[in-house]
Amino acid sequence: MNTSYLPSDYLPVLIQLLLALGFIVTTMIVTHSVGPKRKSQKKDDPFECGIPVQGDARTPISIKYFLIAILFVLFDVEVIFLYPWAVNFKGLGLTGFIEMILFMGLLLAGFYYVIRKGVLKWE
Amino acid sequence: MDLTVLLVKGLIILVIFGITLLIATYSTYAERKVAAFLQDRLGPNRAGPFGLLQPIADAGKMFFKEDFIPAQASKWLFILGPCLAMLTALMSSAVIPFGDSIRLAWDGTNYDIPMQAIEINIGVLYIFGVVSLGVYGIMVGGWASNNKFSLLGAIRAASQNISYEIALGLSLIAILMMTGSLSLRAIVNEQATFFEWNVFTQPLGFIIFLTCAFAECNRTPFDLPECETELVGGYHTEYSSMKLGFYLFAEYINMFVSSAFISSLYFGGYHYPFMNAVHDGLTGSLGEIAGHNIATAIGTVVFFAKIFFFIFFFMWVRWTIPRFRYDQLMNLGWKSLIPLSILNVVVTGAGLLYDIKYTTWLIVVVMVVLALTSNARAPKSQAAPQRA
Amino acid sequence: MSEFLNQFKQLTATGYLFWVLAILALLSAVWVVTARNPIHSVLALIATFFCLSGHYILLNAQFLAAVNIIVYAGAIMVLFLFTIMFLNLRREDEESKTNLTKMAAVVVGGLLMVMLITIFRAKSAQVPTFNPVSFDSRTGLVENLGSILYSDYILPFELASVLFLVAMVGAVMLGKREAGDRHF
Repeated sequence: MNTSYLPSDYLPVLIQLLLALGFIVTTMIVTHSVGPKRKSQKKDDPFECGIPVQGDARTPISIKYFLIAILFVLFDVEVIFLYPWAVNFKGLGLTGFIEMILFMGLLLAGFYYVIRKGVLKWE
Repeated sequence: MDLTVLLVKGLIILVIFGITLLIATYSTYAERKVAAFLQDRLGPNRAGPFGLLQPIADAGKMFFKEDFIPAQASKWLFILGPCLAMLTALMSSAVIPFGDSIRLAWDGTNYDIPMQAIEINIGVLYIFGVVSLGVYGIMVGGWASNNKFSLLGAIRAASQNISYEIALGLSLIAILMMTGSLSLRAIVNEQATFFEWNVFTQPLGFIIFLTCAFAECNRTPFDLPECETELVGGYHTEYSSMKLGFYLFAEYINMFVSSAFISSLYFGGYHYPFMNAVHDGLTGSLGEIAGHNIATAIGTVVFFAKIFFFIFFFMWVRWTIPRFRYDQLMNLGWKSLIPLSILNVVVTGAGLLYDIKYTTWLIVVVMVVLALTSNARAPKSQAAPQRA
Repeated sequence: MSEFLNQFKQLTATGYLFWVLAILALLSAVWVVTARNPIHSVLALIATFFCLSGHYILLNAQFLAAVNIIVYAGAIMVLFLFTIMFLNLRREDEESKTNLTKMAAVVVGGLLMVMLITIFRAKSAQVPTFNPVSFDSRTGLVENLGSILYSDYILPFELASVLFLVAMVGAVMLGKREAGDRHF
């Protein structure tokens, strides 16, 4: 087991990153240079099942997705709070458990409100 | 860290990298063979013996296709999308402990080098971070294509991934409470005896994690981002040649890596029953160094067997369960899995306060009873709805 | 110049990494502000967060580095990307960049810079430097962080959950459409 916990433990991440980047860039360059290139106006259009393209693809989308993303940020931070708590769970004992129940209770109250308001209802 | 250790680490990374790519390549072959087996067909059998050269032929074909970029797409983002998907997939294998350690003798002292690219204190958070970055490849690619199907697929994929990421993180918490460490190696070593495997102590957490892993990999039944009946090809509709190959390849790498995580988090990693007896026997008969290394090799083989089983499981499910509808997918993620995983954390915590490890079986039993009784009460006509 | 070169030669490996990361962080931060395409800005911001995480790792704050990636690069930037995808980018929206807003941005940014510089120059805020005797590599690890957070800083932690509650209600109030409304 590793017991020193120094920044140098992370040097292999750099090696892996360089290796992955090298692989990706080489593959991209090779596939770009060996394939054929034929251009035509119809071919360059976005694919829409063969009918002429109607308008622009980048139109506004349902606000539900946006609300999901906001809820995700909130819950993600909650999960992050849980990590140091879980690691120390045995040391914190009952006090820590009650603290976290309180925290989760407030958060779940909000979650209940969100569900009752029908934000997560898809039709 | 001195240079020798770094060199050995570099070598391990290179080997793991190669194995990852090889397994991902042959997963495409396995997928077709498994599909053929489940559907009583033959599957690929022309290229080489048993069609074994098929993945190489496929890769060659991908390379020689036209590298097509639509006129209305944002060119650089269009190229960046698959690269990001591939990069996040390739980075995730770094923290998996593939085996115990390799023992080298140098100047009379033994060096144990762990079979793991990076052994860090925050291994679980590393996975969580890489998983949370996996959204970008799909989102950037789908948006850059400037195609309606691509954009819809990308947005679906992103909402699906972020929704299931929360339940994924929460289901891990219960394991961390039992282990008290974020290091993957510590979690694996905690499961040294067979009945301490987390799948026995955390059955509910395992099911939640498995479901979320399926959703994060965009595998059936969660493959709505690329569902053909509604969205043509989903986020990769406009992609061709190796750029498409990267998206498909990244999916298979993710499948391999999530199988590895499932095996190491819940199925004891490189542990197997009577492992200590085997280790002692080998070191006794073959000597300290050779015996230890062979014992490590057996552990690694066991670990890969577990991984292959889960890869097969991914494929098995693909040809067994139909795709969800979008509202079903979101309801499952938000209204079932998140509350369930929070309940799982609370029950595990309450049990651990009294040093009982197997409390989550309580939830499983209650759920099974509830499911059985509600199924008996359900009216028959709902099972087969009449067409309007 | 030669003095600078000498200093450069005396750097340790960590020192070189620090400079590389610092320069990368600054370059990508400048890219965030100057990019024409907002998606490029978001991607550059993600790159900046990665450089900052690198700095955290150099400071041995491993948990903070991971959290920075997960929360900022993985969650908040996804939200940004969603928001940008909502906007119609084809329409050249120059009205939001009037001279007044540009001026306001410069003034606010300048004030922030002045504040930061005074803080760093203040005698009372001098950070102690590296001391090999009292150095403990485990200080920034998740175990220590957790035990302090859940004993000494329990009130801020519980208040954070109230903040989450308020944020959730706020998001619902802003985004909720009644039945029959259009969803965009």
